[in-house]
Amino acid sequence: MSGKAQTIEQVREFTDDSYKYGFVTDVEVDTAPKGLNEDIIRFISAKKDEPEWLLDSRLKAYRHWLTMPEPEWQKPKFPAIDYQDSYYYSAPKSVGDGPQSLEDVDPELLKTYEKLGIPLFEQERLAGVAVDAVFDSVSVATTFKHKLEEVGVIFCPISEAVKRCPELIRKYMGSVVPYTDNKHACLNSAVFTDGSFVYIPKGVKCPMELSTYFRINAENTGQFERTLIIAEEGSYVSYLEGCTAPMRDENQLHAAIVELIALDDAEIKYSTVQNWYPGDAEGNGGIYNFVTKRGACRGRNSKISWTQVETGSAITWKYPSCILQGDNSVGEFYSIAITNHHQQADTGTKMIHLGKNTTSRIISKGISAGKSDQTYRGLVRMGPKAEGARNYSQCDSLLVGDKCGAHTVPYIESKNKSSVVEHEATTSKINEDQLFYLRQRGINEEAAVALVVNGFCREVLQQLPMEFAVEAQKLVGISLEGSVG
Amino acid sequence: MLEIKNLHATVGGNEILKGINLTINKGEVHAIMGPNGSGKSTLSYLIAGKDGYEVTKGEILYNGVDLTEMKPEVRAAEGVFLAFQYPIEIPGVPNTTFLKEALNSVRRHRGEEELDAMQFVKLIKAKAEELGIAKDMLKRAVNVGFSGGEKKRNEILQMAVLDPKLAVLDETDSGLDIDALKVVSEGVNQLRSKDRAILVITHYQRLLDHIVPDFVHVLAHGKIQRSGGKELALELEEKGYAEYGVAAE
Ligand SMILES: Nc1ncnc2c1ncn2[C@@H]1O[C@H](COP(=O)(O)OP(=O)(O)OP(=O)(O)O)[C@@H](O)[C@H]1O
Ligand SMILES: [Mg+2]
Repeated sequence: MSGKAQTIEQVREFTDDSYKYGFVTDVEVDTAPKGLNEDIIRFISAKKDEPEWLLDSRLKAYRHWLTMPEPEWQKPKFPAIDYQDSYYYSAPKSVGDGPQSLEDVDPELLKTYEKLGIPLFEQERLAGVAVDAVFDSVSVATTFKHKLEEVGVIFCPISEAVKRCPELIRKYMGSVVPYTDNKHACLNSAVFTDGSFVYIPKGVKCPMELSTYFRINAENTGQFERTLIIAEEGSYVSYLEGCTAPMRDENQLHAAIVELIALDDAEIKYSTVQNWYPGDAEGNGGIYNFVTKRGACRGRNSKISWTQVETGSAITWKYPSCILQGDNSVGEFYSIAITNHHQQADTGTKMIHLGKNTTSRIISKGISAGKSDQTYRGLVRMGPKAEGARNYSQCDSLLVGDKCGAHTVPYIESKNKSSVVEHEATTSKINEDQLFYLRQRGINEEAAVALVVNGFCREVLQQLPMEFAVEAQKLVGISLEGSVG
Repeated sequence: MLEIKNLHATVGGNEILKGINLTINKGEVHAIMGPNGSGKSTLSYLIAGKDGYEVTKGEILYNGVDLTEMKPEVRAAEGVFLAFQYPIEIPGVPNTTFLKEALNSVRRHRGEEELDAMQFVKLIKAKAEELGIAKDMLKRAVNVGFSGGEKKRNEILQMAVLDPKLAVLDETDSGLDIDALKVVSEGVNQLRSKDRAILVITHYQRLLDHIVPDFVHVLAHGKIQRSGGKELALELEEKGYAEYGVAAE
């Protein structure tokens, strides 16, 4: 290698180091033609061999989407999205007619997941975590399926669920997030490709963690996945999603919908570690992460708990919410959002109290570094029948450096005198005395920042399942690289 | 080991140190005494490299190398340790996590292998026991909710784990009960060896009964006013700082 080429290589290695998931997998793909129109939607529906009613509902959503203006209330501003300049379906050819057993999965894809730190074979054998791996528009493998089926738990790609349990899909899909909800959710309802489906039958405590790993690989392709989790009476499930994407100069759109339904005495714990490609240090490229996540506590004493660690994406725009319908139901939102360089995040939650004695708890930790900007936006609504309902919110923002921003926007609406809403918020700069103390003990500045930030987030990190808490802690450090000095 | 030559330094635009000369050789223990606000902590921060403390004239050499060019973490890895007068609280970070990260950073710098979790736990348990530090203090967040004395003991624990070459103890005795004073002094005495040096800053000659210094210096008005042996501490205890132009209150 010539001296110059070597230098370039080294520089690349050095700069790429901060986002180690930025590689591209070379696989033959099946793609829909570029652009968005009714034919594309028919193409997707046909690829998935969908029933008529689903195609109709996609088309209905698409026609409605055309009439919806782009939302403008959010803090992050970005150039208008050219919806015609994107692909809406991309699948590795080898996947063929949907997911197979692990032995049949293209080795190239298995290698990809291994590189991402999710060795599917190993997960199946050792980790005791069931994984659904979604690659661009399709699910390539789901592990532990059979073991789960023994206890009646269904964990499969949503496209498969459409065929296997159409009555559940018809009953619940769109029942929490209707296609009319917002522009991005509407688009998803028209073009969603794959995602995970989980059904926990009455009285069953799901014997293992379930997780979905989303990977965007193809260029110029949007990812529109859809997740639906139904927890029947007295059941319990803990579910985790992780996401990464290659580094590309263009922005890629990711507009997902997640719907959770908890019936009487059921509990769903939903954790996210979001590490989509955030763009480079100058703010080029990165994923637009526009996601609608909502859970309905339909039953009495039901509980839905969202935990999110958001470190990736150029723009993150999401508000995992809880509709607390059942009496005594509980909603929780634990969030860590870290933005660095030019990343922007507008995130928070909505807690809609409808039933009696419903309670909700919001703990949000926002860390802004570099030239990034963050907004916490949280809505707490106490409905007229929500007697004795209570909410506690705490939003803490930490600023690393002086070129970043943090904003807290609480919305509180109370139509019930007996309900109590408590809101606390703090904003502080990272404490120089703390950094000096750590550095005096030999810890370098970047590691010191990571340690202080991890401490700041501890309350939320503790909510994550053990296996993922360690990963998340490392991620905190990685995403703050280059934020000091 | 440490040579401070004609050191002038400012903090927030005020000149606090006005020409300090101090040489500490390997194997020696020095004590600095001096009235409140005379610049003792300032000197310790300059040795450790705190931001905002600026050298305007003179130099600080550590084993012949200019310390002021080094980042604080490099100084630490090279063996400079400061026990803080006011240890800092770090919420959410367990004491052990912090200590492990610190020790392994220092070991990496020294080209030594990092300790794994098991090895580290063994080391820390032994050290904590020697210093009479309760196990739950190891699990708790760094200094958060620690009593004044517990914080000081925690500083000595860190020192024992990091095994420095030059230890600066800024009023580590303040706030310690009689038993703790003994334990902490023993910890410091254990560190005493022919290739290490120790600088203790204190207001009380009592500490120097336990950690017997080779030299005692009086710092006032930003300068070392007088140096002597252990007996100087006794004299100060009796007469105060009046003769150095500091009015007794
Ligand atoms: N950031 C600052 N801005 C201005 N003055 C400062 C600043 N920090 C310290 N000083 C001043 O520097 C002087 C020396 O302070 P220093 O803490 O070094 O004293 P000390 O000798 O350690 O006192 P003590 O015995 O009370 O611990 C004091 O007058 C103090 O007010
Ligand atoms: Mg002092």
